[in-house]
This record gives sequence, C-alpha cells and structure tokens, in this order.
Amino acid sequence: MTLTLGRTFRLEIVTPERTVFDDSVEMVIAPTYQGYMGVAHNHTPILTVLTSGVLRFRQEGEETRMAVSGGFMDVRMNRAVVLAEAAEFADEIDVSRAMSAYRRALARLLSRREGVDYRRAQAAMDRALARLKAVGISPRK
Amino acid sequence: MQGIRQIKRRIRSVKNTRQITRAMKMVAAARLRRAQERVMAARPYAEKMEEVFRHVARHKQNLDDPLFQVHAGGNRVCYVVIAADRGLCGAYNANIIRKAMAHADQLEQEWKKEHPEGPGLEFSFVTVGRKGRDYLSFRRFFIMRDFHTGMDLPTLELTQRIAEYVTQAFVRGEVDQVYLVYSEFVSVMNQKPTVRKLLPLSMPKAENEEEEGAEGEEGKKAAAAGEPAEGAQEKTADHAPKVAQKARREGGEEEAGPKHWVPDYAMEPSPEVIFAKLIPRYIEVFILQALLEGKAGEFGARMTAMDNATKNAEEMIDRLTLSYNRARQAGITQEISEIIGGAEALKG
Repeated sequence: MTLTLGRTFRLEIVTPERTVFDDSVEMVIAPTYQGYMGVAHNHTPILTVLTSGVLRFRQEGEETRMAVSGGFMDVRMNRAVVLAEAAEFADEIDVSRAMSAYRRALARLLSRREGVDYRRAQAAMDRALARLKAVGISPRK
Repeated sequence: MQGIRQIKRRIRSVKNTRQITRAMKMVAAARLRRAQERVMAARPYAEKMEEVFRHVARHKQNLDDPLFQVHAGGNRVCYVVIAADRGLCGAYNANIIRKAMAHADQLEQEWKKEHPEGPGLEFSFVTVGRKGRDYLSFRRFFIMRDFHTGMDLPTLELTQRIAEYVTQAFVRGEVDQVYLVYSEFVSVMNQKPTVRKLLPLSMPKAENEEEEGAEGEEGKKAAAAGEPAEGAQEKTADHAPKVAQKARREGGEEEAGPKHWVPDYAMEPSPEVIFAKLIPRYIEVFILQALLEGKAGEFGARMTAMDNATKNAEEMIDRLTLSYNRARQAGITQEISEIIGGAEALKG
C-alpha cells in the first residue's frame, strides 16, 4: 500500500441529485457486494455493485468518510466513478433522522404482520446503518 | 361610452390581475431556476449510467432479461403521460396530450396496416400530474394508475414508484409496450413534447459507429479498456499520462508497434448480476430525466404565459386609461359648454 501513496487518481461520486465529489484521491475504499474493496492508483479496470455502507477515501493522507447507498463503481483508466443512489459526507448526515429511520425499519422487520415488505425494510435499515456508521454511531448501544 | 366610474373600476380590476400574473411569473421564474439546476445536476449521473449500461451490455451477449423481451403480437400499448398538476401555463399540457394522441393514432394506423384483421391496439395510460389525468379521464380513456407530482420538484422516490409500477405491469404481461410522453426542455420559451419508447428496452446506440468498427478489429480485450479511454482521455491525462497514451494507441488510432498489455475489464460479482441491478436504475434515470425536464418546462411555460398575461394586462390598462381620460375630458367639456350655454341664456 505504501507503494501507491502520493500517487493519485480521479474519483467521481455522482447521484441522481448532484455530483457529490469530483477530485483526485490517493485511495478509495468502497462497500461492494463482496465486502470492502480498496482502489488505488493504477487499479485494474473493474465494475462492481455497491451496497449501502461507508465509503472512505484518502486525500493527502486525510481520510474522509461518507455514507453511500446502492449503486455501482466503475474503475478504469485511473478514474473511479461511483454511481450511488445517495451519497452524503459524514457532516451532512442528519443523525436523528437516520436514527429514527433505523428504529422504524427495525420495528418493521420484527413485526409479524401481513403486508410488510421485508426487502424494503431491510434496505431502509441498511441505509440508516450506513449513515450512522459513517458518523461513528452504533445504534445498538 | 362607458361611464367614468365603470372605467375606473375596470382599471382597478385589471391592475389587480396584473399584480397576480406578475407574482405568478416571478414564482415560476424562481422555480424554473431551481428546476433547471436540478436538470443539470442530474445529467452527469444519467450520462455515466448510460455509459456503464452500454459497456456491460456489450460484454453480455444474451439480453435475456424480461424487460428486453418483445411481446410478440402484443397489442396493448401504455403511455406514461407526464403533464403538470396545475394549469395557467399556456399550451403546455395540451401540447403533451396532443402529442400522445397523435402518436397513438400513428401507431394504430401502422398496426392496422400490418394486421388488417383481428383486434386493434388497446391503449392505456399512466398519468403523472393532475392535468393529464383530468383530460384523459374526461375523454374516457383507461387510466391504469395516476401519480401525483405535488408542488415540489420530482423526487427519486416518486421516480422509483413509477418505474416499479410500469416494469411490473410489463413483466406481468399486462402491457406490451410502454411509451413515455413528456415535454423536453429546449429552452425557457420552447418546450418540445416528446415520445420515447421505454419498454421493451432496446440497446442504447453507440455514440460513434466508426469507433465500434475499429474496436471489432482490435479484439475484445483492447475494446474493453480502449473505448472508455476515448471519453476519459483528457481527464485522466494528468493523473496517468502513460496509461492514457497506451490506451489511446490501442483503442483509438491504429498504430503499428508492440502491443501493450491491457488488463481485462472485470465485473464483480458477474456481468449478469450487475446487469440485473443496472436495468432498474437505468429505467429510473430515464424516467427521472423526463420528470425533471417536464417540470422545468412547466415552469418555463408558466413563466412565459404569465409574462404574456402581464403584458396584456398592461396594454389593457393603457387602453382603459386612455378612454378614461377621454371620458373625463368629454365630461369637462360638456360641463363647460353647459355653463357657457347657461350664461348665454341668462345674457340673452
């Protein structure tokens, strides 16, 4: 890893709402379907599916965390494009909202009533958890 | 000629109207700006999504997803009509509906040519925005579902609900073709009603046909890494001049020389899984773009309409003021002549 330090590549994070981030970074660690994947300078071209989770990237040694939910990451020619449904920097996250979304989703998942869309509830829970994790809060405490 | 008092009252009333239309114009202008910004902000996502979509599709030979399936002999056509919730925006809504009707007529004629016997086409509608629903239900068309846009700009959530509903209807076989009718935002003054086919999905065309041809010769591996470099060249250049150049040589210009190793384009977990995840997003982007452009167009149309209304009100006020002055003048003249007449009579 030290090998790639200081060498940068371009990271773009876009959502349907806006372009969230577009700058050069040293490294990005993204939550893919098969676990976290780190991408550094000269990474092999790859297209992956992202889950809800915390995305981290490093610029001049400084690490930034953000919550992303759902999407894709396309890496090629030293350019990584993250297409996410939502992406927020840690300081943009509304903690109380994420917290209540988490509780709501949890209640729905635990309820045994008919007509509960479990997949949707699970997705909502994952999104809320990603946001809370990005700001460093564990809801289970 | 009207009495002075009536004219005065008319002027006051028109002035009030002008105030209202002027206010509506200002509101529309402010919202238009926001809507335009949203359209612009959504564009990079749409473009990148299409790029990725095209890319994956090229690597996946069989497009067996149900959304690509052409329903053979299917005669049920669904229109998703994206109109406004409110009127007072000129011919905006009427134009969209007219476009849908014209398109439906044309489809029907073509269908009848190909299928002179048997049933004709069956049309159904999914409406977004109250005006579309009102008109179509008044004309007794079959409305499968109606979505509300509300006052605000369209959200991703609304988009997802529409996308889900339409794709479900298609997959279940309730409809065989889905068209999107919306107003393309050309400029503030100009909105172009447009029909786009949504389902069954077809492959997005490559932007550059020649590029396609060159890639075929180069072989798959070069194509995988070479083609994207076309777009990314400029941007990547400062970060990795060597790699970019390498790809340029291999993907773009055909140059003799030792072939550089270009890594294969990996897809995780697999092209199939990615494709399955990609398709719904792709459709959503499609719809979101239409919703946003429609909304921007609506505000543009309203702004123009209200601007015209304000101008008309001004013109009317001018005219009324003129006749008011005339009437006043005439009144004064009459009074004077009456006084003079009276004085003359006394004298005589």
